[in-house]
Amino acid sequence: MRFMVIVKASEASEAGVLPTPEEFEEMGKFNEELVDAGVLLAADGLQSSAKGARIYFDGDKKTVVDGPFTETKELIAGYWLVEMKSLEECVERFKRCPCPAPGQQTNIEIRQVFEADDFGENFTPERREAVERMRAKVAENS
Amino acid sequence: MAVATDTHRAIEAVWRIESPRLIAGLTRLIRDVGTAEELAQDALVAALEQWPSEGVPKNPGAWLMTTAKRRAIDQIRRNETFKRKVEEVGRDLEESTPDIGEMVASDDGIGDDLLRLVFVACHPVLSTEARAALTLRLLGGLSTDEIARAFLVPEPTMAQRIVRAKKTLAKANVPFEVPQGEELAARLSSVLEVVYLIFNEGYSATAGDDWMRPALCEDALRLGRILARLAPREPEVHGLVALMEIQASRAAARTGPRGEPILLADQNRARWDQLLIRRGLAALERAEALIDGKPGPYVLQASIAACHARARRFEDTDWERIAWLYEHLAETTSSPVVELNRAVALSMAFGPETGLALLDQLMEFPSMQNYHLLPSVRGDFLMKLGRLAEARSEFERAASLTRNERERTLLLDRAAACTEPA
Repeated sequence: MRFMVIVKASEASEAGVLPTPEEFEEMGKFNEELVDAGVLLAADGLQSSAKGARIYFDGDKKTVVDGPFTETKELIAGYWLVEMKSLEECVERFKRCPCPAPGQQTNIEIRQVFEADDFGENFTPERREAVERMRAKVAENS
Repeated sequence: MAVATDTHRAIEAVWRIESPRLIAGLTRLIRDVGTAEELAQDALVAALEQWPSEGVPKNPGAWLMTTAKRRAIDQIRRNETFKRKVEEVGRDLEESTPDIGEMVASDDGIGDDLLRLVFVACHPVLSTEARAALTLRLLGGLSTDEIARAFLVPEPTMAQRIVRAKKTLAKANVPFEVPQGEELAARLSSVLEVVYLIFNEGYSATAGDDWMRPALCEDALRLGRILARLAPREPEVHGLVALMEIQASRAAARTGPRGEPILLADQNRARWDQLLIRRGLAALERAEALIDGKPGPYVLQASIAACHARARRFEDTDWERIAWLYEHLAETTSSPVVELNRAVALSMAFGPETGLALLDQLMEFPSMQNYHLLPSVRGDFLMKLGRLAEARSEFERAASLTRNERERTLLLDRAAACTEPA
């Protein structure tokens, strides 16, 4: 299953303060471990909300508000997209992540991503067999 | 009860993350995967007894490794053969201890250990099924129960298979090393075969309540990505990763709402996972950059998959390139199924006559005599050429050969459609 792991903004990240070389290295090492384990699909950091904008929807009415936004702790500063066996495995992995806002209180949020398998359909043996046989079909082999 | 379940799930998570490195490191020390795995499990049990009261150490992996290695050394000390050997060279046990200490101290090269473990788990002395099971167990961190469910066999059967595999390895005295020179290519292809087998076990059932089999695709992809990090100079490893990423990208589009399979031509390409496609194309690029000479079968298959992935609509498919790639694939595999695929690509690129000519040659293969897809494809080509009576008899023949009811209905429908004027 796939999880999006969300890092919250901090006063530093909102102020556009870049990580120190040591922090970069520590986070880089953690990311390397995720790659080595074959679980990292994508990851990015987000610039401060001062460089962003929000579009408010009220029915058909849209209002655009430029950043920065005030509620720092609720903002997103970066994400990982990872493939894990379970939420527990994801938690276990990211407990090892260096603190994203060194010296400060923050949290990392883990959310499961919707996937095709989340349909929960009845998958009868007949259907499975049909899939298996059709797998051999010419087009599917390519 | 809830506590027990939570603990159990936490154990699983720690095991999944730590076990491959632990087992690999311990195998280097003790030279036996079976014993190494037992030692790793013992260490995990010790951790789960101690951590709740003493707190989880800062580096759980290192804690487990130290604990397991301490036990490994105890075991080595108790080992009679070892003692005798020590006596033979005229030193006592105490004097030899620094050597063990040195072995324990060197924690580097864990990547090399993992790679060695891959080659042990996929050693040719084992059957393909045993290799797959052992790889999932040692490298994937899966429980025996999970592997049994994945391969649809009872748990005791799978447990037995794994025990037997470990014994076979011990008996054959399989060295804990990465093969070199010419042997490397052959052994690597056996490793890749196992990973792709695991992927295909999962790919045959991509939806529904049978959660374990789709998860096998993820396991195989994970193993493939690990392998690509461990052996970054091998184009076929990146080729296999590319192939699996691109195939996995179609998972959501491959079955309809009632679980019915949807062929490539009819898939809703908007449902293809673009993230996986991008990853697949990037892996293929890495493979191509490393190729020295002719591309291998996985790179070729990935290239074919990439042609489909790049086509935004089915009509945009570059069939000429696909036909060309199949020609090269046929050279390396000499498989009639590959030839059949090539015939389809040829007919898509140059018209049904070209494809038909190749099919006629294929009829001579004994394995193709009763293969329903041959008359099915032939019927399709003939229908496109307007030779309806011949097409009809081919579809009927295909219907008589298939053992699948759903498919038979489809083929008989096609046969019936051939009676009407084109």
